[in-house]
Amino acid sequence: MSYFRKIAKNFKWKHYIVYIILAAVLLLSALLWQAGVMKRSTATMLNQIGYSIILAVSLNIVVGFLGELSLGHAGFMCAGAYLGTFLYNFLIAAIPSKLLCLCIAMLFGGVVAALLGMLVGLPALRLKGDYLAIVTLAFNEIIGNLCKNIKIFGGGMGLKNEQPYGYSLFIVTFVVVILTLIVLQNLIRSKHGRAITAIRDNEIAAKAMGINVTYYKLFAFTIAAFFAGIAGVLYGAAVSPVKYTNFTFNYSIEILVMVVLGGIGSINGSIIAAAFITYLNLTLTNQLSGDLAALKYLVYALILILVVIFNNAPAMRKYREKLDFKKLSDKLFKKKNSDIRDDSAAWDRIPTKIPMDELLSADLKTQNDSPDTSMPEDRSSHE
Amino acid sequence: MSEEIILRTDNLGISFGGLKAVQHVNLEIRKNEIYGLIGPNGAGKTTVFNMLTGVYLPTEGTFYLGDEELKGMRQDLINRKGIARTFQNIRLFNNMTVIRNVLVGLHNRPEFRCNPFESIFRLGHHFDNEEAMRNKAKELLSIFDLLEERNNLACNLPYGKQRKLEIARALATEPKLLLLDEPAAGMNPQETEELMETIRFIRDKFDMTILLIEHDMNLVSGICDRLTVLNFGTVLAQGNVTDVLHHPDVIKAYLGE
Repeated sequence: MSYFRKIAKNFKWKHYIVYIILAAVLLLSALLWQAGVMKRSTATMLNQIGYSIILAVSLNIVVGFLGELSLGHAGFMCAGAYLGTFLYNFLIAAIPSKLLCLCIAMLFGGVVAALLGMLVGLPALRLKGDYLAIVTLAFNEIIGNLCKNIKIFGGGMGLKNEQPYGYSLFIVTFVVVILTLIVLQNLIRSKHGRAITAIRDNEIAAKAMGINVTYYKLFAFTIAAFFAGIAGVLYGAAVSPVKYTNFTFNYSIEILVMVVLGGIGSINGSIIAAAFITYLNLTLTNQLSGDLAALKYLVYALILILVVIFNNAPAMRKYREKLDFKKLSDKLFKKKNSDIRDDSAAWDRIPTKIPMDELLSADLKTQNDSPDTSMPEDRSSHE
Repeated sequence: MSEEIILRTDNLGISFGGLKAVQHVNLEIRKNEIYGLIGPNGAGKTTVFNMLTGVYLPTEGTFYLGDEELKGMRQDLINRKGIARTFQNIRLFNNMTVIRNVLVGLHNRPEFRCNPFESIFRLGHHFDNEEAMRNKAKELLSIFDLLEERNNLACNLPYGKQRKLEIARALATEPKLLLLDEPAAGMNPQETEELMETIRFIRDKFDMTILLIEHDMNLVSGICDRLTVLNFGTVLAQGNVTDVLHHPDVIKAYLGE
């Protein structure tokens, strides 16, 4: 009992609001599905959004928090998808419950992907930056080709899923999403998460402070691979056949785009970006048929560019501040100032005393236009 | 000052290819001592620090902390054995808040042990640990007068405070020997004065032994108990501060013929 008491004592709305929102989405969609109102295509989309979130959040651990660029995330997903589905096919003959089979398959796929992650990570994490990216990219290709050439995996035809889970899979997916988030956020909001972030900020200093850099790099890499594997199994449970062509380099990049678009090192951002991109992709695929299908990537790229410009261009600052989530929520909850506690996981940049970015940026005009908003509020004076 | 020797280097040296960067360095640093390592630019002072903290593997000789030989150990293990350092060009975790910088320093303390599994599922001592760590970090920050700034990003601190934070972070690892690499670099005389006070205070309060590299002669003659002068990678003079600073070779190395 004291376990729950401790958790309740350390309860913070800020930390739990994501889970609550996701649980609400899950509950609502499950009810709609039970009532028979929801379309099948929506259920499929929700499933895709779910596993995209898992992928993006787990990749964010490596890219955003550990600070290493990995382009092999689709490879781990591929391993999870193939091996998970393979086991699922086996189990489904023996165990009548699909859910149980899927859970076991997820665990298996995740563990296999994690082992692969460790195997790749051991030599690869000696490399840095671009070199690591190249090695992980190569790993991605190797896994794809292996799966293509193994006979029991169906070869070029792909691995057939004997009994796909069905459309209600999205309920399972969203439960897994919430579990994934709990595990990864708890990890990041602990001393181990701090160690991982310290490595990103300054590896030399982290070593000098007694952080076992190799261990933590491998740990972050492995846990990210584990969740990628689980996402792969969830993918494989819905689609038949599971085909290696889905897990190309392009897919790795797409996951990376989700991470970058949502903000490197921001888990909530990853969730939103994953949902947004998946939705965008599916809608474009549905809307643009026939000859127009070629336009899909054009529109996709345009929207991404617009989002990036909106997020970064100095001229957009005014609009950005109007839509600032933090300010909106402060207004909503009638808080004078949000009091940052030192343990709060505000991993996104905390507004600082000196607006260095603004001092350095050349556009003095916009700054003059809005003198009162250009200066982030002084946090320390409110304490 | 006791006679117990904390750090002993035995003919320590390193060569990069054919270049003998540091040779025959024999230091004996006693407990509770403030020991200075000085020398002109390029004399190999920081290289000695890098060898003592495991960044470079010495090609000659070895060194002992207490009775234990530390040569060849990984950097993080050397830190755990009890050597902590600061850097010449400040290396803080810039995108983390001040208190988190110190919390990273507290990471390996045995009393705050907690495996990842416990942290992820919030089992065991996770919450108690975090709270204890935070209290300890606040205690350290208040010693260095940084408590007010604890929620600011480290990169936004003024220069002098960044130096202090680096020392605080190094002390958080509970070292036996603290290596300070040019702690007064870029400080004005008043700040240097303050720093001297701080270093003395650290020595007394934490019962610490300190080895420091410095160019500021005021600081060196003000706080160091003993000195070693390096020039071109070899020891030029060693001993009491006044003797060393009046040694003809040292004067020659610093001022020329």
